[in-house]
Amino acid sequence: MKKRWFVFMALVLAAVAVGLVACKPKPKFECTDPKGCVEIKPGEPIRVAAALVYSGGAASYGIDSKRGIEIAIDDLGGELLGHPIELVAEDTQCNPEGGQAVAQKLAADKTIVGVIGTTCSSAAKNAAPILSEAGIVMISPSNTAPYLTDPATRAPFYFRTAHNDKVQGKVAAEFAYNELGVRKAATIHDGSVYAEQLAAVFAEVFQQLGGEVVSQEAINVGDTDMRPVLTTIAAKGPDIIYFPIFNPEGPLIAAQSKEVEGLEDVKLMGADGLFSKEFIEVAGEAAVGVYLSSPDFTAFNPERYEEFIKKHEEKYGEKPISAFHAHAYDAMMMLAEAIKKAAVVMEDGTIYIPRTALRDAVAATKDFQGVTGNLTCDANGDCADPHIAVYQITSATEWDTTDPNKSPVKVWPK
Amino acid sequence: MLERLRYRLRYISGTDIALWIVAALLLTMIVVGSYNILTEGRYTGRQWLDFVISGLAQGSIYALIALGYTMVYGILFMINFAHGEVFMSGPFTAYFLAEYLKQKGMFQSHPLLALLLVMLLSMLVSTVIAVSLERLAYRPLRGAPRLVPLITAIGASFFLQYTFRGLYTPGFKAYPEVEPLKGTWVFFPNSLHLEIERMLIAVFVSSVLLLILLYAFVQFTKTGRAIRAVAEDQQAAALMGVDVDHTISVTFAVGGAAAGAAGVFYALMFRQVNYFMGFFPGLKAFTAAVLGGIGNLPGAMLGGLFLGVFESVGPSLFLEGLGVPAAYQLKDAIAFTMLVLFLIFRPTGILGERLAKRA
Repeated sequence: MKKRWFVFMALVLAAVAVGLVACKPKPKFECTDPKGCVEIKPGEPIRVAAALVYSGGAASYGIDSKRGIEIAIDDLGGELLGHPIELVAEDTQCNPEGGQAVAQKLAADKTIVGVIGTTCSSAAKNAAPILSEAGIVMISPSNTAPYLTDPATRAPFYFRTAHNDKVQGKVAAEFAYNELGVRKAATIHDGSVYAEQLAAVFAEVFQQLGGEVVSQEAINVGDTDMRPVLTTIAAKGPDIIYFPIFNPEGPLIAAQSKEVEGLEDVKLMGADGLFSKEFIEVAGEAAVGVYLSSPDFTAFNPERYEEFIKKHEEKYGEKPISAFHAHAYDAMMMLAEAIKKAAVVMEDGTIYIPRTALRDAVAATKDFQGVTGNLTCDANGDCADPHIAVYQITSATEWDTTDPNKSPVKVWPK
Repeated sequence: MLERLRYRLRYISGTDIALWIVAALLLTMIVVGSYNILTEGRYTGRQWLDFVISGLAQGSIYALIALGYTMVYGILFMINFAHGEVFMSGPFTAYFLAEYLKQKGMFQSHPLLALLLVMLLSMLVSTVIAVSLERLAYRPLRGAPRLVPLITAIGASFFLQYTFRGLYTPGFKAYPEVEPLKGTWVFFPNSLHLEIERMLIAVFVSSVLLLILLYAFVQFTKTGRAIRAVAEDQQAAALMGVDVDHTISVTFAVGGAAAGAAGVFYALMFRQVNYFMGFFPGLKAFTAAVLGGIGNLPGAMLGGLFLGVFESVGPSLFLEGLGVPAAYQLKDAIAFTMLVLFLIFRPTGILGERLAKRA
């Protein structure tokens, strides 16, 4: 009895083994990557997520960046290694909860190869660790908070093509102190990791230069009545108010500051979070005279940027609406380049993309000729070629970032 | 007297004592903070006045929204959590009229007439939304337990938010500027030289006028009497020949119209509308309604103004005095802490929940 059972089991095992050998594809790919591999069969798309902001006050940033990605995909011919590229749009909103929700959704989707996003640093703060845990490469076109690439807090699969705010805050402080000649500054942030850190960098550099920071205030995202906080600031008598926040809170500060006693002549300065057409739409005439720092468009690769603008106008019927379209273009191109390097192509057209290898390929990006300049990723995931300029708004109706002499006018560096 | 005191003392629990200690601590903090800041003289009298004025303007908008909460509560004993969306729907729709009028040049040539048209459209849309909300979402559930319409209201709130997001795109839209309301008016130019923004005055005065009008409507008209009768006792009112369904519809309509007007004031003051704009003002107005005594009309007005001023003055007055950095960020915390304290110590609000005589 026992013997017969043994023979039966042996037969079953043999049958299974024969079956396995018969079904096995001739050259088999074995995935040894610790984070797994994405398998893309012939005809299947390479799925890349555009996890940006599509609603709320920062929506123009997300839309602007998404257009950059779409132009990049057009330039790639819509395909990569014989597979079409599919862009999956997910709205992360401009807050940690939105970033977390989208990251969890994407992490659960095994077909996602990489993520371009997020728009806001606060969304990335939660999204980056989740995506890194899942082994999904994330390249942000517009996160600027130092936190994200700080060696102590950086998520290993996180990269960005936007500048680090250590650069932007410094330029802003130097411009205020040296060019505007102001000595007393007040800062306002909105509790987001971007605004809080940028305001802190500005304050630190401004003090190092010899200036005095008389007031460091904060508002909440969604606040509309800025008069009380502006009255508080007016009591300290600053020469400049630096508010590196977002729309629509930023323009509300600009508009309401005109009506607060003691702030009639104060200089107003924001950062790239406000650098979009929506600023003048909400602030109206109060926008005229406001300084905003942003990537320096004249420092981009001039021919390629011109070509990009042309394609943009053809495709969308307008000029770029915000500041991070070219960074998004570069992010997509960088990712495509890394996918080409990391992917294993089989005879039948199936490709395997080992996740860690893809990450390493992105990290190894060196002297990449992008629209925004010469991109090289450092050990912490900062890949940008950062050039910051200060712009001044001179018109309440016109918004043209492609010509440095039209509003917003480039005023620094000269 | 003594007998009663002893009787009450016997029923004081540990929780009561703990709560009173918390209240005493908070009060001490407020007093100490205010004392510090006032003796330090960081702000001039003029600046305190600025805080109060902007608080009053903001508060009068809260008051108009709070009216809708309080009237509906008075009559149905339910919190209409979709009221913030009623507030959003009007001005968001009217934005397109405003934009059209601006392009046709009417905002420049007849600004006040244009404003009136925008206001009427906004009130109309909010009224229609409020009435259909009642008819479609709440009336079928009238006999249900109290929790059911409450949850329905929250569902309706999301439904409206995302419907409008789909209809009018998720970004925010900027309202046109109204020329005659720009700049400031100067009062007592010789003595005090009080310079106040025209917009704030316009919003405050028209809100207060509307509030008075609504109060008069409820107190002195036949329909108003019907509203009060239904609020007092629905069945008795029905027996006396009051059309209860119609009266409830009217209540929603009045609350909706007030919210629509508040929405335009809000949009003018802050020059922006989006699909989410009703959420926070809605919560604040609910807080205001509870502060004033929910179900109580004058209470809602008082609660709204009180909350507006408290939010505006509070951070600088007692938080900064205690050395809290960036105090203004905590203004929402102040508002909602106050809500919790009122719910614990005086759930009937400042003026009391005069259910029978209210609305």
